[in-house]
Parts: sequence; structure tokens; C-alpha cells
Amino acid sequence: MNAVEQAVDTHATEGTGRHIRFRVFRYKEGDAAPHFDEHTVEVAPDTTVLDALVAIRNRADPTLILRHSCFHASCGTCGMRINEREAMACVTKVLELGSDLVTVEPIANQALVADLVTDMVDFYSTFNAIGRPLICESDAPSQGTEPPGIAEFNRFENCIECGLCLSACPVVASDPRYLGPAALAAAWRIVEEPRDRDPHAALRLTDDPQGSWRCHLAFECSDACPSNVDPGQKIMLLRRRAATERLRSIFGGGRRD
Amino acid sequence: MSGRAVGGGEPARIERRVASPRRRGVMGWVDVRDRRLGGFGFILNRLTGLGVLLYLFVHLMVLSLLAQGPSAWDNFVSIALSPAFLALDVVLIFGLLAHGLNGIRVTLVGFGLVVDRQRAMFVGLMVIGAVVLVIAALRIFSAG
Repeated sequence: MNAVEQAVDTHATEGTGRHIRFRVFRYKEGDAAPHFDEHTVEVAPDTTVLDALVAIRNRADPTLILRHSCFHASCGTCGMRINEREAMACVTKVLELGSDLVTVEPIANQALVADLVTDMVDFYSTFNAIGRPLICESDAPSQGTEPPGIAEFNRFENCIECGLCLSACPVVASDPRYLGPAALAAAWRIVEEPRDRDPHAALRLTDDPQGSWRCHLAFECSDACPSNVDPGQKIMLLRRRAATERLRSIFGGGRRD
Repeated sequence: MSGRAVGGGEPARIERRVASPRRRGVMGWVDVRDRRLGGFGFILNRLTGLGVLLYLFVHLMVLSLLAQGPSAWDNFVSIALSPAFLALDVVLIFGLLAHGLNGIRVTLVGFGLVVDRQRAMFVGLMVIGAVVLVIAALRIFSAG
């Protein structure tokens, strides 16, 4: 272990904060194997894990690679595994972890680029695969009023594409062909509220052994999701719709429009 | 730091460099660290499923003793009535109950029914299983 002891204050708390040890996952292209670096960081009650990591990078080790943008769990870029659990580093307060040792790793089940940064291209491309690309033309409703009961939808719009659900899912861990919770939740969004998209196409794509039927109901995705999208529930709703459509096609009534 | 300033004009092509896949593999199934209720249900179903499958083969092997005559079978029965073997029966019943009862939840929720109650259903079914397991264990050991 390459231990680097250096006290870093992340807020104006010099001398008054608690000292927390950070074990930070490190890997650069060409390294034989990943290792952990250790830093001691003086933290205040409001210091987040991202604050601490940025302080480590700014004051102790400028070679630490991490990704962040908004600092308020909207951009989805700082998803990590913090003490073995998927979390957004920007809204995870260090002292609320209740441990003097904080281990920070990149999200699992994704290709690693370096240190805490994973390659998200495959993850993003799953949204294209189910017909709901991340970058799309505006589909804002023509009228500004919200439909009644909209809160009950728990809408997919809350997804911040952070990838924590993929990191937490035990099926993604062992099966690279599985579409994954985020893309399936996006597919349910099309089925539930298609606007001008084709819900049958999304349903056909996900009614597949590597689609909604690959899920084994661990619901870790729903627990890991920082935006309460509840992908596990969406996958089950996709299955119900798919099963209903199949029964309709067998016993008459045809596919529902 | 290996940052490189890019001048005006066409942006430099950014190569996608993927160093190492960090897929957790089958360890992702059984890693119990910081899992929640659904995750433990997933792990429990896998372990008990494998255990029940293993039992099926052991069961067939034991039944094959019947073909070896009465003495072979009587020998097995005397072992089967020992406290250690009876404890294995309790483990077996645990596996069957856990897998079967969680299977009810997995089937219902897996077809999109009572999805929002899946946690409560898991807890409720496991409580039922625990009660049945205790009754079964008492009967097994009192009969012995």
C-alpha cells in the first residue's frame, strides 16, 4: 500500500474538525494492479466525500483522477462506491458514514479508465439501444400544465445517469449482455408515457431474456438510486405489461394500442 | 499530471482508453457487504437453490441403497436417526422453506404484482417460514 499521510482541511475548520482516514482506489493505465492510497483529511460536519477528494487532489496528490460537476446530485458524474455502498460522493457527508476510515472506489461492473473514473460509453449507449437517447430533441409538452397525479409516476426524468444501479446490480456483475436497470427504467418510461415514441418497440426490445426477464429481483438498483427512480419496480412493470401482451396475443384481443 | 492544452481549430481526437473491466462476476452475487433486504433475498435464493439441488442428488444416492438389500438400508436408517443427521434435516427444511416461500414472492413480484410490497412480503414470508421451521425442528427432535 502506498500510504500518503497528509492532513487536509476541506473547510475553514483548521484544528477543529475530525481527522478521517481515506483509502482511495488508484489505478492508471499500465499499472500491474490497482492499489489504495491513504490520506488523512480533517473534515467538518458538512464536508462531503467529494469535498474531501477534491481537497486531496488539490493539496496532496494532483494525479488523483475523479469526475464531478454539479456538487448537488444532479449531474450524476460522481457516483462511487463509498465503504462498499453505491453513493453520490457530492451528497454523502463524511461524518454521517460513522466511520474513521472511508474507502472510496469507482463504481463496479464498468470498465475502468483511471482511479475513480469509469468508462460510461457502454452504459450511455444502452439508452440509445432502447430508443430513448440521452441527447434528444425537446419533447416538452405543448401546454405548461402538469397532468393530474403526475407525482405518482415517480418519473424516469429523475434519472441522472450516474450508473450506481449498474454497480449495485448482482446480475450486471456477471452478465455483460444484460440491458441493466437504467435502460430498462428508461424503456418503461416510453411504455408508460410514450408521447411520440413507439411503446411496442420498447416493449419488444425489453421482452427478452437479456431484457426485463434477466432481473432476479435483488432490488439493489432501487436502493442504490440517488434519485428514487426505483428501476426495480419499473422492470417488474415492464414484465407485467409484456406478460399481459403475450396473454392477449394467445387468448385473443391482439396487441393493445 | 499529463494535461495537454489544445489550441484552436479542430479539437484533438479523444481516444477511448479502457484499462480494465471491473465486473464483479459471480462474487457480485454473494457479496453480502452492505446489501439491503432484496439483496439478501437474492443471495438466500441462490444458496438455498444450490443446496436443494445438492440434496436432490444426495437423496437419489440414498435411495439407491434400497437396491443393495435390507441391511444397507437399515444401516442408513440408524445413522439417519442420530442427532447430527436430524440437525441436517432441519437445515434441509430451512432451505426448502426459504427457497419455496421466497419463490412465491419472486413469482408474484416477477410478474409485476404487489411490487411495492415486495419488502413486506419477504419479511412476512420469512416470519412464516421461521415459525414452521421451529415447529418442524421440535417435532423432528421429539419424535427421535
